[in-house]
Parts: sequence; structure tokens; C-alpha cells
Amino acid sequence: MNKDNNKNINRREFLKRFNTAAAAIGTASLVGCKDGNSASTSSAGTKTPKEGGMTYRTTPTTGDKVSLLGYGCLRWFSLRDKETGIIDQEGVNELVDYAIAHGVNYFDTAPVYCDGECERVTGIALNRHPRDKFYIAAKISNLTPDTWSREKTLEMYENSFKELQMDYIDYELLHGVGMGKGIEEFEARFIDNGVLDHLLEERKKGRIRNLGWSFHGDVKVFDHLLALHDSGKYTWDFAQIQLNYVDWKHAQEEHPRNINADYLYGELEKRNIPAVIMEPLLGGRLANVPDHISLQLKERDPDKSIASWAFRFAGTRPGILSVLSGMPYMEHLKENVETFSPIEPLSQEDMDFLDSTAQQLLRYPTIPCNDCKYCMPCPYGLDIPGIFIHFNKCINEGRMPLTSQDPNYREARRAFLIGYDRSVPKLRQANHCIGCDKCRAHCPQRINIPFQMKRVDRFVEDLKQEREFDTTTYIWAR
Amino acid sequence: MLKKLRRTIACIFLAAITLLFLDFTGSLHAWFGWMAKIQFLPALLSLNLLIVISLVVLTIIFGRIYCSVICPLGIMQDLFAHLGLKSKKNRYGYSPAKNILRYTVLALFAAAIIAGISSFVSLLAPYSAYGRIAGNLLSPLWIGANNLLAYIAERADSYAFYSVPLWIKSIATFAIAAATLIITGTLAWRNGRTYCNTICPVGTLLGTLSRFSILKPVIDTTKCNSCGLCARNCKAACIDNKNHTIDYSRCVVCMNCIDNCKKGAISYTVRKKAVAPATQETGDNNLSRRSFLSATGLLAVASIAKGEEKKMQAGLAAIEEKKVPNRETRIVPPGSQSIRNMAAHCTSCQLCVSVCPNEVLRPSEKLETFMQPEMSYERGYCRPECTRCSEVCPTGAIRLITKEDKSATQIGHAVVIKENCVTMTDGVNCGNCERHCPVGAIKMIPSDPQQKSSPKIPTVNLEKCIGCGACENLCPARPLSAIYVEGHVTHRTI
Repeated sequence: MNKDNNKNINRREFLKRFNTAAAAIGTASLVGCKDGNSASTSSAGTKTPKEGGMTYRTTPTTGDKVSLLGYGCLRWFSLRDKETGIIDQEGVNELVDYAIAHGVNYFDTAPVYCDGECERVTGIALNRHPRDKFYIAAKISNLTPDTWSREKTLEMYENSFKELQMDYIDYELLHGVGMGKGIEEFEARFIDNGVLDHLLEERKKGRIRNLGWSFHGDVKVFDHLLALHDSGKYTWDFAQIQLNYVDWKHAQEEHPRNINADYLYGELEKRNIPAVIMEPLLGGRLANVPDHISLQLKERDPDKSIASWAFRFAGTRPGILSVLSGMPYMEHLKENVETFSPIEPLSQEDMDFLDSTAQQLLRYPTIPCNDCKYCMPCPYGLDIPGIFIHFNKCINEGRMPLTSQDPNYREARRAFLIGYDRSVPKLRQANHCIGCDKCRAHCPQRINIPFQMKRVDRFVEDLKQEREFDTTTYIWAR
Repeated sequence: MLKKLRRTIACIFLAAITLLFLDFTGSLHAWFGWMAKIQFLPALLSLNLLIVISLVVLTIIFGRIYCSVICPLGIMQDLFAHLGLKSKKNRYGYSPAKNILRYTVLALFAAAIIAGISSFVSLLAPYSAYGRIAGNLLSPLWIGANNLLAYIAERADSYAFYSVPLWIKSIATFAIAAATLIITGTLAWRNGRTYCNTICPVGTLLGTLSRFSILKPVIDTTKCNSCGLCARNCKAACIDNKNHTIDYSRCVVCMNCIDNCKKGAISYTVRKKAVAPATQETGDNNLSRRSFLSATGLLAVASIAKGEEKKMQAGLAAIEEKKVPNRETRIVPPGSQSIRNMAAHCTSCQLCVSVCPNEVLRPSEKLETFMQPEMSYERGYCRPECTRCSEVCPTGAIRLITKEDKSATQIGHAVVIKENCVTMTDGVNCGNCERHCPVGAIKMIPSDPQQKSSPKIPTVNLEKCIGCGACENLCPARPLSAIYVEGHVTHRTI
């Protein structure tokens, strides 16, 4: 560590200390700690939360008591053996056991998750528990257009029962409606071929207990679905939307075709349709925030983790049924269980504070990638999320030279370029993106991946060739 | 005293020159680069008369100290001899000069330079031979150690070290380097400076000068008791203690004899009238040991696999390795001016190859240009910000060039193979070559002139193209790129 690095190191060091021993800066606390008991413990999950404290919400149609913390099962891939690629079933079982023991009862799966292994692995773990201890959510996913026929769709639907080894599904979702080409595509995919009618039949039969959908993208499709609901033709028991303190009022600033979550939630609440929340952390971006923002959050309450603010935001409103979190690691699970046992609703003042935080976050030129890997594999071998994660990481850690005149330019340049080669093999870096556009349709965050790749590439070239640049004027212009 | 001085200077030279070949960051050249440039053959081939004359004068004054303290191959042999000496003291003895062999090799060598048979020149050039040893055999250890440190640094969240790809650029050159090391090392271990006094053309040339050197070790016959200690410790086998003569054409002025003489009978001083050395031919069967060029294929190096990562992670598509296209004309780096200039000056020391950060330069495997650097773009391309090879070349084979001049020098031109283009084979949009061309020489045009909407393929503006290989390297078509670079015989400036 040379002297020039000290500033950054200190900042990072500072944060580490925050995370491991939050009580250390109690003097900086501005708002009184509401939970006096937790003052002596760290917020990083070392405390074992009390059993039976979980907050539950009730569905209007079936009266299910659903835990406000839901388990997103899409990240089991983090438990893959690096050599064999096999998901550690024991590890999954352990997590699921802990979750159920602490009142988590909503488990969200889909056929596409974890290279198609999610349902089987989750099913094995859950079936070790009585069936009335948990609710399973399954989906009809949009893979490639050749799976969109009635036969293939129903095959996918039936296959979920087999993979999960269950004879009814508590929450069945049409996966990612609104992506692709809008209303026409939705009609062709689910209505014209009678798939939706079939699913209604299944609901009557009790094989599906609640029918809903998860929404990404085109707001016209969202409105269309609610219009169908209002007409009474197809009624929805629940819906899944993306909601967090950035997307609440600022989703459109990330992408003009995005829709703010306050609208989506408001429309659902009007109709008394409970909302399941996805991306409460915006793919981890609200847990791993730039250093000075994390300081602000810590100063407001040293005992609360950065992520807990986002979870509480997502869970505060009464129309929220469950907040999904992908938790492949026990530490995260424990911490989140603690946050929701019971949830401390945010005050209006807290909400305003988080909104100002969101506005600050938007000033950082991070790429809104959630590492969901829907875009992968890239046919030309790029590690798309790997590239974006490295990029975002450098920004969040304050190691990004914003202009070639920055005082820390030399070291930031070195760190960026060396770190780039470390995180992404040369052959999988941004300069190999040919712009074939195959990935774009798959991105739930609607990132214009080829465009962002070009920006990253240009930035890397600026660094490598030591060209003069000023990222604030050209490269991050939204 | 003199021996200590010689050893100290020699160690500094050897260490610094070795570091030149190991340092992949190119930062040491600013400090030690001159040490490569004062080597005799590089100076001669770059027509650097000042250095050549200085070396001649140096030799005429001091004898062959060049061979003792400047030439890295010579110093390396001293190291081996020193180790050999540890096991058996007083082991050498006088042997007459092998003049026929020496001068034949020198004559052949001179002829080869004039005739432009560069592979023969490269093979015998002592500095280059050492360069190949350092670049091929020591550098992997150095890089390996660096990569280990990089691995640790990565885990310690430090950017002090970064990992460098380790790959064998040419198996043939690697084998030659290994053979050279084994042959010179063994000869030195057993017989001291045999190689320098029988094969090395620089040694022979300087030897003819050093006969007449002003300063030289001289035996004072009044003090000498003919104990023979000097002769038995002379690694050049040039002291005939019976006749009290020294063959100054072979003496490398190591000063060992001065140190060893118990009577103080030898001193390094101004020459007296030379007593005519007795040139008797005695049969010697050492010669058979010295058969030199027979053992090139000694090492099987296939066990070191190519550095390409092939490990599949979930969600990452496999990437096929690129193949070297058939280039009619080889590509030589900017600054080398022409293939002729390269062939005439390069001694294949591999300094440029070891310093190329983009994995572009590698030794040629063709016989006529054997071991000389050439470029290929499977692993990287000649990046616009880099002029390192031109900075390090000691021979003038690659002349110093600025970044600006480099980006205006056409070392080759891109050729499109339409059939390989992914817009045709995969039906996707691409244009990666167009996007990455540093001089804007590539434009995408419809493959069918009649149909504007037909797949777009690249077209190259030959006036602008500089042959850097960005297009070839970044072309998604594999294993053969849809656009590749053909070299230019003579480089042109735009």
C-alpha cells in the first residue's frame, strides 16, 4: 500500500469497521436506535433472530399468511461447485431449514433459474418439510419463441410439478410479462391459444391456488392486465413487480421506458391485488452503495445494515405481500430474517431520506446490472455481468477516474485495468462485443447491453492509450 | 584486486542484461538499455561506429576484457566454470589454439552477414544466444514468480502486481536456447572458455586485436618457478608455462593467473617485445566434444501447454482458439522499415519478443528468418500506445519510432475474407473491425451491391490501413478471422 492509496484504503477500511462493529461509531448516530436490544450486536447477522417474530401478510383471495420475507431461489448457482458445476444440495437444505424455522414460508422458483436446476433443487429441500409449512411459487417462463406454443407452454407448466415433486402450486406466475413486443405478444402467447383459460381451469381444480404474473417492461401490458382484471374476465390473485427506493420514483431516469414503482404499486393497491416485490436491492446495488452514501446511511442508524434500509422500504407498505431476496449465503439469510422479524416500518421522514439517497445514487454512472445472468451465455463468449460488475465496483469504491486530470488518475487507471483483467479474461472483455443484440431482449433491466459495452470499451481505450477524457461530458451522458 | 574488480563489473553487467530480458514492464530499459546497445555485434549491425571503434580501442588497450565483463554469454560461462572449479581445483591446462577452426567459423560468419544468411548469424551471435537463454528459460521462472505474487496481491486487494500470460512463443527457438545453454554450460563447466576461443566469432575477432593490446598479463621469467599453477587455472587454456608464453589471442584478461601466482611473477602491464609463441600442432581430441550444432532438438517442450484458458463456467460460451492465417509476407514491427532491414540487422536476441506486452511478437520459425521477430495477431494486436520493441532493439533492426510515426506507418494491410464474416455466417450485425480500427480505414458496406439491406461486410481503405491487426484480433470469426493482415516488404509512411 503506497501513500497515494491511503485515502481510498482508509475509506474502505472505515467501512469494513462499520460493517463488523457498527457500534463503534455510536457517537455519530443522529436518530435514536429504536431497537435497543440490538445495540450490542452487529447488524451483519451475528445475532440469532428470535423465532416466531416474522411479519406476515394475508392474501385477500385465499387467506394465506405469507411471510413478508420471501425466498428468491434464483441464486442457488452461487452454491455451485467450481469444478463440477453441481449445486450443493446440502447447503440449499440448510438454508431452507433455517428459513422455515424462522418463519419464511414463500419460495419463488422458475424453470429458467440456475440453468434449469432451480425447481428440482428447491423441491428436494422443501419436501423434507410438511407441505402446509410453505408456499411455492412457480412460473411459466419466456425462453425462446419456439417454447411459446400451447403445447410447449403447458408442457413447461406440467414439468414444474414434476421437478418440484408437488401436486399443487400455491402461486403460479406468468413470467416477465411486458418484455418483448408488448400487448400483441402477450395475447398471442397466453390468450389466443387458450393457455390462460386452461390455467383458470387449473385454479378452479385447485392445482393452482393463486394465479398472477411478474411484470417487467412495457407499462401498456401492465395496464392491459389490470383492465382484464377489472372486466372480471381474468382475475389476478397477486402480481409481482420491481420495487425499491430508487425505482419508486426514479425508474424512468434509469431508462425512459421503465415505469416508476409508485405507479405500479398504486394501481395494484387500488384493486386490492397484493404485490410480491422483486429486486428490493436492485440486484445488490442498494446493498453495495458508494462509500459516502453508505456513510450517510450508517450515520442515520449505525446498527442497521445498508441492505436493511432497502428491505424495510420494500416491506413497509401494507399492500406488499412478500419481499423476495435471493439469499445463497447464511449470513444474508440471518440478517434479512432479523430485518423482517418483525419489520420496523419506515416513517415518512425515513422514506424522504431514502428518496434523497436514491437521487444521489442516480448521479453515479453505474450500469443498472443485477447479475441475474438472463443475458447469458453471450454467443460470442463475453462475460456480460462480469464486465458490468467490475465497472460498477470501481465506481462504488471511488476508484474510478472521472477525468484524465483527476489527482488519483494514475493509481485509479492501474487499479481499473489490472482489476479488469483479473475479473474478466481478455477474450471475454467488452472489446469483443460485436453488437449482435442477442442479449438485449433478455435483460429485465432493459440495459442496452451493446451500447454499454461500447462505453466501457471506449473508457478502457481512453485509459490504455492515456487519452485525455472527461467522463462527465461524454461517456456517462444518460 | 584486479580479479575482484573484473568480477564485480561482470556481475553487474550480467544481472542488468538479464533483467532487461526479464522485465516485461519495459521500465528498466531506460536505465540499462545501453548495456544491450554496447554489445559488439548489435553495434556492428546497427552501424554504430562510435561503439564499434570504442570497443576496438578498448580491446587494443586492455585486451579482451569485453569478453570478461561485457559479453553476457562469456560471463555466464565464467559462472559455470566457477561452479565446475569448486568440484575440482587446478583442472585446466595449456592447449594450443585451434586456429583453423576459429578462423573458418569467423570467415563463414562474415560471409553469412554479407550474404544475409541471418539464421546462421543469429545462432552464433553471443549476446543473442544469451538473450534467448534468458528470454526463453529464465523468463518463465520470473513470470511464474510474478504471477504468484499477483495471485497473492489479488487476494490482498492490492494492485502492486498483475498477472502476465506465460506462453512459449516458438518451440524451435526454445529448443535452441536450451541446447545453447546445455552446450556452452557443459563446455564451460569442464574446460572454461572453450566456446569463446573456438567458435565465437566475436571472440576470434577481438582475439586477433588483443594480440597487440597494450596492457596484458606478462610472465616475469626471473620470478617464475614454472610451478604451472597459472596454466592449470587458466580457463582460456592460453598459458604455456613451459615456454613462459601466453597466447593473447585467447586470453580474456580474467586476472586469475595474477591472483594465483604465489611468486608474483605475473603482472598486468605494458607489453614487452613478444617472444614468438611456439605454434606446435598437438593432437587434441577435445574437438569431438565440441561438435556444436548437433543437439538442437534436445528438449521436448510439449508438456508446457498453451496458455489459453478453456475452463467453462456456467453461462459462459466456449471460445475457440484462433489459428494463424497463411500470410504471404511476414509482418515486422513498425520501426523495422523493411523485411530487408530486419534481416540485415537482427541478431535474434529476443529482447523485443520478451518485452512485447501485447503477445504479438514471436520468433519466426521459417529457416531463412529463423528466430527473428515477426508479428501475428491471434493473442493481441499492435496497440497504438506501445512502441516498446523499438525502444529496446540494440541492433537497429527496429529503429526507435514515436507513437505518432507508428500510427502513420503501414507495416501491412488488412485483407477481407468475406466468407468468414459473421454477418454472412451467423446472420448478425457486427462491425467490430470498423469500430476498433485506430485509423478509420475500415467501413462496412452491403455484401450485395444491388441490395442495400444485405449483410454488411468490411471494406479496407488501403491508403489508410497501417496493418496493426486490431481488426484481425477482435474479429469474432473463429478459428480464422474474416479479416487478416498481410505484411509489407517495405514499410510506407502515410
